Amino acid sequence: MIRSITQPKAEKEIDLLLSGSGRIFIIGCGTCVTLTRTGGEPEVRAMQEQLSGKGKLITGHLVVPVACDNLTTDALAEYGQQIDQADALLIMTCAFGVQTIAGQLKKMVVPALDTLFIGKETAVGEYNEICTQCGTCIIGETGGICPVTSCHKGLVNGPCGGTDSGKCEIDRRKDCAWTMIYNRLADLGRLDSMRRLQPPRNYLGEPTPGKMILTEQ
Amino acid sequence: MVSAFQKALKSGKFVVTCEAAPPKGTNLERMAHDIELLKDKVDAINVTDHQSSVMRFPSLGGALLVKEIGGEPILQMTCRDRNRLALQADLLLASYKGIHNVLCLTGDSIMLGDHKEAKAVFDLDSSQLLGVVRKLEAGKDISGNDLDGGVSFCAGAIVTPEADPLEPQLIKFEKKIEAGAEFIQTQAVFDLDRFKKFMEYAGQFNVKILAGIILLTSAPMARFMNNNIAGVFVPQDLIDEMASAPKGQVLARGIEIAGRMIKRIHEEKMCDGVHIMAINKEELVPDIMSEAGLI
Repeated sequence: MIRSITQPKAEKEIDLLLSGSGRIFIIGCGTCVTLTRTGGEPEVRAMQEQLSGKGKLITGHLVVPVACDNLTTDALAEYGQQIDQADALLIMTCAFGVQTIAGQLKKMVVPALDTLFIGKETAVGEYNEICTQCGTCIIGETGGICPVTSCHKGLVNGPCGGTDSGKCEIDRRKDCAWTMIYNRLADLGRLDSMRRLQPPRNYLGEPTPGKMILTEQ
Repeated sequence: MVSAFQKALKSGKFVVTCEAAPPKGTNLERMAHDIELLKDKVDAINVTDHQSSVMRFPSLGGALLVKEIGGEPILQMTCRDRNRLALQADLLLASYKGIHNVLCLTGDSIMLGDHKEAKAVFDLDSSQLLGVVRKLEAGKDISGNDLDGGVSFCAGAIVTPEADPLEPQLIKFEKKIEAGAEFIQTQAVFDLDRFKKFMEYAGQFNVKILAGIILLTSAPMARFMNNNIAGVFVPQDLIDEMASAPKGQVLARGIEIAGRMIKRIHEEKMCDGVHIMAINKEELVPDIMSEAGLI
């Protein structure tokens, strides 16, 4: 399953964003951020304690089941009074959740997390970014591994000179995408696919911001 | 139009190139001094492009300086900082200003440099940039529009003969040649027996190969490269040789080793020449060449 991968913002950044707001309502989410332990029930409670310790009044807290879902509106309605009393909402969800909530309530929203990437859980507690939704998929020629995402430089014609022992020059924990692609294509007897010179990429796949409207045929 | 460097490559002589790194700032005195010292001794001088992703005076400006002083510049261009519009525009300017050699590189990660939070571009890669050069030469931009006034370049690229694993690098090497590379300057080589093996493979392609030679300045520097620079492997015996040099003679030992390697490459006709990288010690290139018996 794909997950929105987040990490907590630095405490002093949150303090700065909340300065001038004495009463805070905190919102977490029961899905991705619960899994990554960045905005589930325990983290929301810890944040409540942390902010209380700094003299903030916490008007209430809520962990919605799926913050990015439109049903979040109903969940928020139940807490109307506590939310109304707050000067700001501190939202411990990914940016999808923050924006969904911001669209429902006339309140300043403060994200407590940075959203890093849309990732796949590849092992317990390990998440990897494997697709950046570029709009011009080339994994049919790379053995099903995306170099646009998995290569730090997004190279489509093979490895750069920074690859070493199958790892990336920026982080020894990160695999070199092109070593993985090479190995897979070699296993499949399809290295011819890697030998093909790829033209410059088409960045016009879907100009930012992406938008799709389904129409009836 | 044939550049002087291209002529040297075609002449069959043992070609020597070296580097000049633009300064951080506008004081070009030292760079000009190095160029003055080197211009008549080497066949061309590479001007690095924000080497190691550290912001500096631009490579195009440095290449113009080489030209002004009467040297033969090789403009290094990375794909890290410019998109396809900016790269093409700079190629137009370079050719217009008489810079007719270009080394096409992907570029180091932004994260290795001194502006780590900057946006990396990588709109193109090194092999695609080679294709751009050839397309411009054919009178078109890469969108297929006609150019009013053309360009001409001797275009090259790099390869890392000691990369691990090597095979994916070799596939890219072949793609670079297919895209139009006329010459290849290799990443540093130290193990010449391994390099010979690489040349048995690389020699079958229609491309000139210049072996990369890095001047060792101390044993810790050699160890640092082994631990931090991808594709550079200094064998233990060379590190020991550097470590055993008497105090005050360490650099002389480095020059001796570099000269000895070049001499062997030359005598055994392993490849078409050498690219000497005496990082921050460019003034020592003539000493290395003299040690190698080239001047």
